[in-house]
Amino acid sequence: MNIVVCVKFVPDSTADQAFESDNTVDRVGVPGLLSELDEYAVEQALQLKEKNEAPDSVTVTALSVGPEGAADAIRKALQMGADAGVHVVDDAIAGSDALATSKVLAAAIKKVGDVDVIVCGMASTDGGMSVVPAMLAERLDLPQVTFASVIESQGNQFRIKRDGDIATEVIGAVAPLVLSVTDQTGEARYPSFKGIMAAKKKPLESYSLADLGVDAGEVGLSAAWTAVDSTEARPPRTAGTIVTDEDGSGAKALTEFLASKKFI
Amino acid sequence: MTEILVLVDHLEGAVRKPTYELLAIAKRLGTPSAVFIGGADKADAAVAAVTKFGAEKVYVVDDAEIKGYLVAPKAEALQQIAAQASPGAILISSSAEGKEIAGRLAVKLDSGLITDAVDVQVDGGSPVTTQSVFAGNFTVQAKVTQGTPIITVKPNAAAPEEVAGAGTVENVTVTISDSAKKAQVVASQPRQSSGRPELTEAAIVVSGGRGTGGDFSEVEGLADSLGAAVGASRAAVDSGWVPHTFQIGQTGKTVSPQLYIAAGISGAIQHRAGMQTSKTIIAINKDEEAPIFELVDFGVVGDLKSVLPAASSAITASKG
Ligand SMILES: Cc1cc2nc3c(=O)[nH]c(=O)nc-3n(C[C@H](O)[C@H](O)[C@H](O)COP(=O)(O)OP(=O)(O)OC[C@H]3O[C@@H](n4cnc5c(N)ncnc54)[C@H](O)[C@@H]3O)c2cc1C
Ligand SMILES: Cc1cc2nc3c(=O)[nH]c(=O)nc-3n(C[C@H](O)[C@H](O)[C@H](O)COP(=O)(O)OP(=O)(O)OC[C@H]3O[C@@H](n4cnc5c(N)ncnc54)[C@H](O)[C@@H]3O)c2cc1C
Repeated sequence: MNIVVCVKFVPDSTADQAFESDNTVDRVGVPGLLSELDEYAVEQALQLKEKNEAPDSVTVTALSVGPEGAADAIRKALQMGADAGVHVVDDAIAGSDALATSKVLAAAIKKVGDVDVIVCGMASTDGGMSVVPAMLAERLDLPQVTFASVIESQGNQFRIKRDGDIATEVIGAVAPLVLSVTDQTGEARYPSFKGIMAAKKKPLESYSLADLGVDAGEVGLSAAWTAVDSTEARPPRTAGTIVTDEDGSGAKALTEFLASKKFI
Repeated sequence: MTEILVLVDHLEGAVRKPTYELLAIAKRLGTPSAVFIGGADKADAAVAAVTKFGAEKVYVVDDAEIKGYLVAPKAEALQQIAAQASPGAILISSSAEGKEIAGRLAVKLDSGLITDAVDVQVDGGSPVTTQSVFAGNFTVQAKVTQGTPIITVKPNAAAPEEVAGAGTVENVTVTISDSAKKAQVVASQPRQSSGRPELTEAAIVVSGGRGTGGDFSEVEGLADSLGAAVGASRAAVDSGWVPHTFQIGQTGKTVSPQLYIAAGISGAIQHRAGMQTSKTIIAINKDEEAPIFELVDFGVVGDLKSVLPAASSAITASKG
C-alpha cells in the first residue's frame, strides 16, 4: 500500500505574520514550520501503516509543495516515521492560488504513482481554506472522505466519523481515496532520537515543475486566478475597562456595561 | 443583467439564514437565481422562502438519486446549471461542505475561488471580496480574475433583504457520474436541537472554558438571559463537557458576533483565531493576568460561578 501525506510549510502562527509589498505572504522574514494541523495527518498516515497486516509493505511518502524551507517540514515528517519525502520546489510556484497548488500536488502524486490513500490536514494554518483535499479528489477523480475525527479501515474499505453541524456521520468509501483529518483524531507523536537519526538516511527527492510536466505558466502569482488588491493590518483593540469583582460589584458593573451598549 | 447563482443551504427544505444573505449580495452583482438541490417534496417550501428574499429564478434539482453522497454530485449539478446560465458569479455558504463544493466546482469550471468572504462589493461590474485572515489580524481585498468568480461567504456578511423576486421555477435534470457517487454517508445521527441560535449566525455568543470546571449551567443561564448561542474552548470540548460543534477557534468555528462573552477561558491564540473579530468582547476570569483581557472591551476579574448567575438575574429582572 502506498500512502502520501500532504504537508504544508507555513509561517509560524505564534510569530508576527506579515505580507510582502506584492501582497503575497512573507515566507522569508517569518520563521516557517510544518503546519501544526498537518502533524495530525502524518500521525494518521503512520497509524494506517502500523495497523496494516504487513506494515513493511506500506510506504508513507511526505509531500510538500513550497520554498526551500519546506524541506524542513518534510524532514519533520520523516523524523516522525514517514519513509520517504517528495519536495516540489520551483521559483515559478511562488504566489500560487489553491487551484495551482492542487494542480502541482496532483501531478506530484501521479509521479509517486499507484497511490492508495492521500492524507491531508483539515486546513493549513496560514491560508486555511480547507479546499485542497476536495480539489485533489476532483483532479485525481477519487472519492473524498474529509474532516475525519475517527478513521477505520479494513483492506481497502474505509469508514470515517465526522462531526457535522447537523449530524454526526459515518462515511464510507473504497481506496484509492483522499482523506482529511481533524485535530480530534488524537495527538501527533514527537520524533524520537532514533527517528531523528533514521530520518537522515531516508530518501528526500526534489522535483521542479518540469520534472512533473507542469507548465510554469499555469502556476504562480501571475497565473493566479484570484488577485489580492490590498492587505491591511487590523487596528489594535483599544484597551478595555477591567473591574475586580467584590461582593457582587462585578455582575453589577457588567450589567451596566451591557445596558450602556444597548445589549439589554 | 447577468444571473448570479446562489446555492441554497437548507436542512430538509428549511432554508438557512445565510442563504438570504447570499441573495442580498447577489442582488448587488446582478439578478439573483437560487439553486435548490433537495427532495422534490421539499421544493415548494424552499422556493417560497427564497422568492420572498429576492430570487428571480429558482433552479430545482431533485436529489433522489444523489442523497447521501457527499459534495461531488452537488458540484456536478452546479457545473451543469452554470453551463446553461453562464452566471456572473456563484455564491455558496462558507460551511465545510460549501467550501468543498466550491473547490471542486472551481476545478471543473477552471475558475478562481475565494473562500470565507466577510463582505462582497461591486467594482467595475465584478465582485470584490473582503477576507479576514491570519487569525483576524489582517483584512484582505481580493477579486477573481479568471472564469466565473466562485465565492464562499461567511454568515453575517450582509443583511437579508425581504423584497420578493419573481421566483420562476425551472426544474433541471442533471446527469451525475458514477465516480461522483463513491463516498457515501452510511450512518447519520442528527444532533439534538438546543433551541438556541445557531453559533455562527448568533448576534451574541457566551462561551465557557476549563474555568467552568465542567458545569456549563452558569454559561447557559447567561446565554439564555441574553438570547445568545453557547460556545466553548477546546479544553472544554476535549474534557467531554460539550460537543465539538460548540468549539470556537482555529479547529472549531469562527464567530464574529456583536457581542462575545468568554467565561473561564484564558485566551490562547488558537481560541482567539475564532472570535477576535467580534464587535464587542467581554471576559470573566479569576486570573487578572489571563491573556483574554488584552482583547476585551470590558472585563471582570472574578469567579464566574458567582458573577454569571448574578448578571443573569439582573439581566432577566431588567427585562421585567
Ligand atoms: C491569508 C491567505 C488567503 C488566501 N486566500 C486565497 C483565496 O481566496 N483563493 C485562493 O485560491 N488561494 C488563496 N490563498 C492561497 C492558498 O492558501 C494557497 O494556494 C495554498 O497553497 C492552498 O490553500 P490552503 O493553504 O488554504 O490549503 P487548505 O485547503 O486549507 O489545506 C488543506 C490541506 O491540504 C494540504 N496542502 C495544502 N497546501 C499544501 C502544500 N503547498 N503542500 C503540501 N500540502 C498542502 C495539507 O495537507 C493541508 O492540511 C490564500 C493564502 C493566504 C495565506
Ligand atoms: C492544533 C491546535 C488547535 C487548537 N484549536 C483550538 C480551538 O479551535 N479552540 C480553542 O479554544 N482552543 C484550541 N486549542 C487549544 C488552546 O491552545 C488552549 O489549550 C485552549 O483554548 C485552552 O482552553 P481554556 O481557555 O478553556 O483553558 P485554560 O487555558 O486552562 O484556561 C482556563 C481559564 O479559566 C480561568 N478560571 C478557572 N476557574 C475559574 C473560575 N471559577 N472563574 C473564572 N475563571 C476561572 C483560569 O484563570 C484560566 O484563565 C488548540 C490547540 C492546538 C495545539
